[in-house]
Amino acid sequence: MGIDTVERAAATPDEPQPYAELGLKDDEYARIREVLGRRPTSAELTMYSVMWSEHCSYKSSKVHLRQFGEKAPATDALLVGMGENAGVVDIGQGWAVTFKIESHNHPSYVEPYQGAATGVGGIVRDIMSMGARPVAVLDPLRFGPADAPDTHRVLPGVVAGIGGYGNCLGLPNVGGEVVFDPTYAGNPLVNALCVGVLRRDRIKLAHASGVGNQVILFGAKTGRDGIGGVSVLASATFDAASADGAGPSKRPSVQVGDPFAEKVLIECCLELFERDIVVGIQDLGGAGLSCATSELASAGDGGMTVDLDRVHLREASMAPEEILASESQERMCAVVAPSHVEEFLAVCARWDVTARVIGEVTSTGRLVVTWRGETVVDVPPRTVAHEGPVYHRPVERPSTQDSLIADDPARLPRPSTPDELRHTLLRMVASPNLCDRSWVTDQYDRYVQGNTVLAQPEDAGVIRISEETRLGVAVATDGNGRYCRLDPYAGAQLALAEAYRNVAVTGARPLAVTDCLNFGSPEDPAVMWQFERAVTGLADGCRALGTPVTGGNVSFYNSTGDTAILPTPVVGVLGVIDDVSRRTPMGFSTATTLILLGDTRDEFGGSEWAWTVHGHLGGRPPAVDLDRERLLAEILVSAAADGLLAAAHDLSDGGLAQALVESCLRGGAGARIALPPGADPFVWLFAESAGRAVVALPPAAEARFTDLCTTRGLPWTKIGTADPASDALDIAASFTIPLADLRVAWTATLPALFET
Amino acid sequence: MAARIGVVTFPGSLDDRDAARAVRLAGGEPVPLWHADADLHGVDAVVLPGGFSYGDYLRCGAIARFAPVMDLVIGGANRGLPVLGICNGFQVLCESHLLPGALIRNERRRFVCRDQRLRVESAGTVWTSSYALGDEIVIPIKNGEGGYVADASTVDMLEAEGRVVVRYLDGNPNGSYRNIAGIANAAGNVVGLMPHPEHAVESLTGPGTDGLGFFTSILSRLVGAA
Amino acid sequence: MWPHDQGEHVARVVVDVMLKPEILDPQGQAILGALPRLGFDGVTSVRQGKHFELEVADGTAEETVRTIAETLLANPVIEDFTVRGA
Repeated sequence: MGIDTVERAAATPDEPQPYAELGLKDDEYARIREVLGRRPTSAELTMYSVMWSEHCSYKSSKVHLRQFGEKAPATDALLVGMGENAGVVDIGQGWAVTFKIESHNHPSYVEPYQGAATGVGGIVRDIMSMGARPVAVLDPLRFGPADAPDTHRVLPGVVAGIGGYGNCLGLPNVGGEVVFDPTYAGNPLVNALCVGVLRRDRIKLAHASGVGNQVILFGAKTGRDGIGGVSVLASATFDAASADGAGPSKRPSVQVGDPFAEKVLIECCLELFERDIVVGIQDLGGAGLSCATSELASAGDGGMTVDLDRVHLREASMAPEEILASESQERMCAVVAPSHVEEFLAVCARWDVTARVIGEVTSTGRLVVTWRGETVVDVPPRTVAHEGPVYHRPVERPSTQDSLIADDPARLPRPSTPDELRHTLLRMVASPNLCDRSWVTDQYDRYVQGNTVLAQPEDAGVIRISEETRLGVAVATDGNGRYCRLDPYAGAQLALAEAYRNVAVTGARPLAVTDCLNFGSPEDPAVMWQFERAVTGLADGCRALGTPVTGGNVSFYNSTGDTAILPTPVVGVLGVIDDVSRRTPMGFSTATTLILLGDTRDEFGGSEWAWTVHGHLGGRPPAVDLDRERLLAEILVSAAADGLLAAAHDLSDGGLAQALVESCLRGGAGARIALPPGADPFVWLFAESAGRAVVALPPAAEARFTDLCTTRGLPWTKIGTADPASDALDIAASFTIPLADLRVAWTATLPALFET
Repeated sequence: MAARIGVVTFPGSLDDRDAARAVRLAGGEPVPLWHADADLHGVDAVVLPGGFSYGDYLRCGAIARFAPVMDLVIGGANRGLPVLGICNGFQVLCESHLLPGALIRNERRRFVCRDQRLRVESAGTVWTSSYALGDEIVIPIKNGEGGYVADASTVDMLEAEGRVVVRYLDGNPNGSYRNIAGIANAAGNVVGLMPHPEHAVESLTGPGTDGLGFFTSILSRLVGAA
Repeated sequence: MWPHDQGEHVARVVVDVMLKPEILDPQGQAILGALPRLGFDGVTSVRQGKHFELEVADGTAEETVRTIAETLLANPVIEDFTVRGA
């Protein structure tokens, strides 16, 4: 049996092909035959199967994701929108920032360390391919119950992998989340966000243009890593039998990363960009060379030739299908003018980065790939990369939704006496979702590059961009699966609002959004209903807040058997701050007046209290008011710029009580709180009403700030004072807890669970 | 004219630019030194920065130690050239035998990044003369292979000769013998430490400015000698 | 001189590197701690080291390999090594 060439494929139209095993449906296979006018070769079948997989083609989500473009608010700040490797935003002074979030969920379940590590590697390369220097990473992580044996297997490996890879790259880890919920037990969510910086006139795009320009593959050598990983792994749900740990059959498909190779690749790319000798550039991620070549060709002048014999291989015995599907990490593909090739290769040699010309841009409108002198691929690249299948999956609101909403948490027994409230607060701050995350975050380097102004547990990561002018950016990520289960439309908007609020509370003006949409199977109409509602909510929310979606990622098939995870859209918001020295930290450390901004309502649907104390999920999530969020953000940003605030912290999971505890422990000052007359202490302490923040004002700034709020129509309530001479959190006429006790309760939980 | 302090970049070095910033903030002129160039460009002192040179392959610093620039650094150090090794740089100095002992995997087997309290145990080196003996300072540490080990007689000698430069307070983050965070050679011109003083030079981006002393020390020594 | 098993011009040598007995081996200890959790109770010690396989020109002196081992493959401050033909 010889090579399956184009010629041979044309001559053997009825030869059976394993398209179903590669994940293609009957109608998709038929379409490929129609596009090519013959059966595909084995190599072409490989390319189509990986590129038309859900992970690469977005076939189930495209019809809904269109809303992000259709409803995009007009903004001058957007330089590159959706459709490229990452979005790019203008932040002023000639600087641009690129950022994006992605998922690497299934590989992290199979091989936690490498799955998480290569997730970081992949998103960093996306940022590099825009022509940027990566400057920070954030990691929203979601695991099963904190005390479950499998969480004990997955979490330490994931955290070590993120640290092991990110620290070696020299990227400060400045934010993220760690969330525990039974829903993620067989389906951990490992989302990774990267931020990069570049001069706005140096943006690079993934276009192969200029007939005769050379295509250069550089970086690590190509091996058998992750073959079939994309289509086989991402679209395969895990059945219950392997719920306690994936069997060996899944392992070979996981990619293995080498952060040192990526570090030298970063420095090499930055030097190439500096010399301005790159016409277009694409990173090799999911679907490897299949993706890079078809996307570059498709977005450019339309044609490319590639010679697989020119690819540096780790194993000489690799077949063309394997070379095209390989997901070996730390590789990039650049389009370079012939006159610059020698310089390009010399820069790579200086950094000891393997590089070779593997092809050329043509005007034929075809992507032609040869191997051993034979043509094994001859396709129109658009059909591979951008004209994949588009599904209109059935959407159906689940019949259980009404009864879920009717199950109001108002009926749950509530703490009312001071003792009960005190006990509840201590129990909440020690609970896995509210406790201190240092055990995780101390494994990440937060200092490298010397520009980290704020990092977790602060509300947003704040990075200085310019040492001279102190221009900076702030980034935050948020998501809430429980809220989305109750109401996916509102839940998505609440995630957006929270990330937006987290950016604003540090003093940065929110500019743009990236999203990672983690859902169950798109073949389940109930999941598609959740997806459609969440995307619509997010698109509408972005329009209302004036912050467009610039890019993101969809991760489907997060289910165990028939049970989907809670719908979990994770939203990242990026903002700009003109002077990072004016940022607002969260800790109470000086004598200040504490003001609660916004409205507090009796609403506990999806709350941490209902879940932690009663195991209850029902009712409606907190009400959404995007106009209020905009107003709150404007006031927080302008107050920061005017230097009015000593500290500020947004309210979210766990409500006011959690925010007060976090700010007191962060800054070391105690607080005396007096709730307004007639206020229900339980509601005021634990409700999760949106659109709120607590600010700490030095006495000199108090009147000016409250006047500003009154004038602008933002409700505010004085709730007490912070005092460095106090060593307790005191709720007047109710209870007092020494900070020392709070610190013990808050810090003990994760080490007790994960320290070996 | 500002004193010229070389900062070496190996493949995988990460905190070279931060070390250069610290030199600049202290009033010196940082000079980039490329690992493959056997040329110190006439600098007055050298900093080996933090990072993961060569990905920590084989052993941390084991390969970097043989870089062409290191021949000159070692030769220079033996003739009195001031050399500061930070974190990975400390590992390179130990592999080069400019300093005794070695750095092994953290006792808890986890990378740890935190603001660490230290005590200055020697203000007699060219890199610590800006401090006073006994000063308690806060400097970030961030390492996975930071456990300092040496045989008992070596450690006793270091203590007896006042060659322990900084010591961990409030808990040993990595299992280092006798809580040793940094040491010096006998002549006091070569200092290696695991903590990162270059990350404590601006209040905006670090826990304070306690790290600046390492850089002002060498500059005042060099300016004084000029 | 080394016995050669494959080809006329190449010999295979093995260098094994272990931490000196007095040096703390946290990785070995972690492995030791994990074994009971997997149901193995009879293991009383685990030390982790490195195994290097070199192909060297036929006729390479043992002394040369020992020099390679003590200059690069091992750190004599904290590690011991053994050299043998494969």
